[in-house]
Amino acid sequence: MSVRSPDSRPTIGQILDENGVGRRRFLKYCAGITALMAMPPGSTTAFAQQLRAARRPTIIYMPFQECTGCIESLTRSFAPTIESLIFDTVSLDYNHTLQAAAGHAAEAARLEAMEANWDNYVLICDGSIPVNDGGIYGASAGESFVHQLEHAAEGAAAIVAVGVCASYGGVGAAYPNPTGAKGVAEIIKNKPIINVPGCPPIPEVMTGTLVSFLASGVPALDKHLRPQAFFGNTIHDRCYRRRFYDRGLFAESFDDEGARNGWCLYKLGCRGPTTYNACATIKWNGGTSWPVESGHGCLGCSEPDFWDQGGFYEPVTSKLFRDTGQVAAGAAAGVAIGAASAIAANARKKKLAAKAEEEVSS
Amino acid sequence: MTLLEFSRGPMLHAALVIFVLGVLWRLTSTVLAARRKNNAEPRVVGGPALSGGLIAVGSRSWPHPEFIPRTGFGEAVGYGYHLGLFAIVLLGAPHVVFWKNLFGINAPFWPTLPTGIISVLSVVTVFLMLIATLRRAAHPVLRRISNFDDWFTLAILYALMLTGIMAVFGIGGRYETILALHIISFNALLIWFPFGKLMHAFYIFPSRFVNGYMHTKKGAAS
Repeated sequence: MSVRSPDSRPTIGQILDENGVGRRRFLKYCAGITALMAMPPGSTTAFAQQLRAARRPTIIYMPFQECTGCIESLTRSFAPTIESLIFDTVSLDYNHTLQAAAGHAAEAARLEAMEANWDNYVLICDGSIPVNDGGIYGASAGESFVHQLEHAAEGAAAIVAVGVCASYGGVGAAYPNPTGAKGVAEIIKNKPIINVPGCPPIPEVMTGTLVSFLASGVPALDKHLRPQAFFGNTIHDRCYRRRFYDRGLFAESFDDEGARNGWCLYKLGCRGPTTYNACATIKWNGGTSWPVESGHGCLGCSEPDFWDQGGFYEPVTSKLFRDTGQVAAGAAAGVAIGAASAIAANARKKKLAAKAEEEVSS
Repeated sequence: MTLLEFSRGPMLHAALVIFVLGVLWRLTSTVLAARRKNNAEPRVVGGPALSGGLIAVGSRSWPHPEFIPRTGFGEAVGYGYHLGLFAIVLLGAPHVVFWKNLFGINAPFWPTLPTGIISVLSVVTVFLMLIATLRRAAHPVLRRISNFDDWFTLAILYALMLTGIMAVFGIGGRYETILALHIISFNALLIWFPFGKLMHAFYIFPSRFVNGYMHTKKGAAS
């Protein structure tokens, strides 16, 4: 992993030329990306020019409290697509899962790459960052994750949080969150941050976001800092089973007639109505299928706190509390107050009647 | 905690506790309230008196023929939106799923209506509610007997219906926000329920029955 200054790096166009990627194939790819991002058809040429002219970027990929699922998703494509080729063209100067170097040598390479590209590199974060007790629950090379993140973020041009853990804390931040796990945007406030959530995120969404960032900077984001182009619609809105929802046809269990007929999985806990992601359109494994097509409801893995939204097989409107007798206590209190108020009212009524009788007799 | 989590979590829980407490408070105090002792010999007792109560429940749920020209329209509108509300609440798929989850009911036979029918019913129900509201505001007698209770209850009901329609049609904002507002409106309804005229849901048939029962018993046997 050699480190070169940003200006001496070749452009993405030069690298693609060297790899024999023809103009037609490149434009086809750019057209696909612009279509995915709902950009107007006329913008493809400009997008392609910007992408070709972009310098080979330096990427620092920092894994924190994570499971390696996101990097697995990113690197495991079935065929050598142009996305993977473009990803190969970036200068991945640090990723301790993929790189050969380990230990002090790897850390030294990271620091060297950061220093040489200070203010210019793209920081990709994977995994949540524990902050409780000074961040001692997650450390690498003798340094806490939170400190590593703060240092690396300082010199980054932008940060891409890959996966729901880096975006919002994910499973690490699930109740009761003993390590105080957080997403990057909760810690770093002074840098452009793009969240690409999912468990894991769709590979094309990750590369598409990265390519779009290289070509034209930070894309339009939603309130959870996700690219609107990929996270602008709910799964429910784009689901091929939506017509069954509209007709009131639901699978009631995973082995009933409804499930066999491919009916809507709403009653089985599908979180499609409240989940924003591109699974229903881009799909997985090169467009082969996606969870709902495989017969399982959406888990809502691209949403903040998706682990704490009730059981995975409970509907999106399910109650999010465990009643430990409060309703029963309320009922007992209601009866007691009702009885007490009735007794008081009866006594008062009796007293008034006696008084009225007294007045009449006197 | 997001708005949706709040609405499905602590707020729904608190609303349920308040609802149960308030309803039982009012029902218990009504049941235990002292009643004047009737020393007269009843005209009828037992079965006939009970039948009188049941007949009153039926007869008072329908306008007297003599008054139909004057009250028929109002009653039709009232029945219309009440039936609409019941159909939406009890047969809309998301609502059925909500009830089953809330009360832990496993009832596979509980039918649901297609979204299209529920959508049409919702719009018609809101339209009927609007007519009832305008009538209440314009009618000289109804206007004078209406108080904060009536208007506030209607406001909650409108919030509930409109957010429900917005959620179904995907208008007015992100689905999860509208859904949260819909559930918050429902929670507000639960909290307000025991303290306002919404309690008629519990009182209406028992009070008609008791009235019919008492009137059947009264008077000398002929």
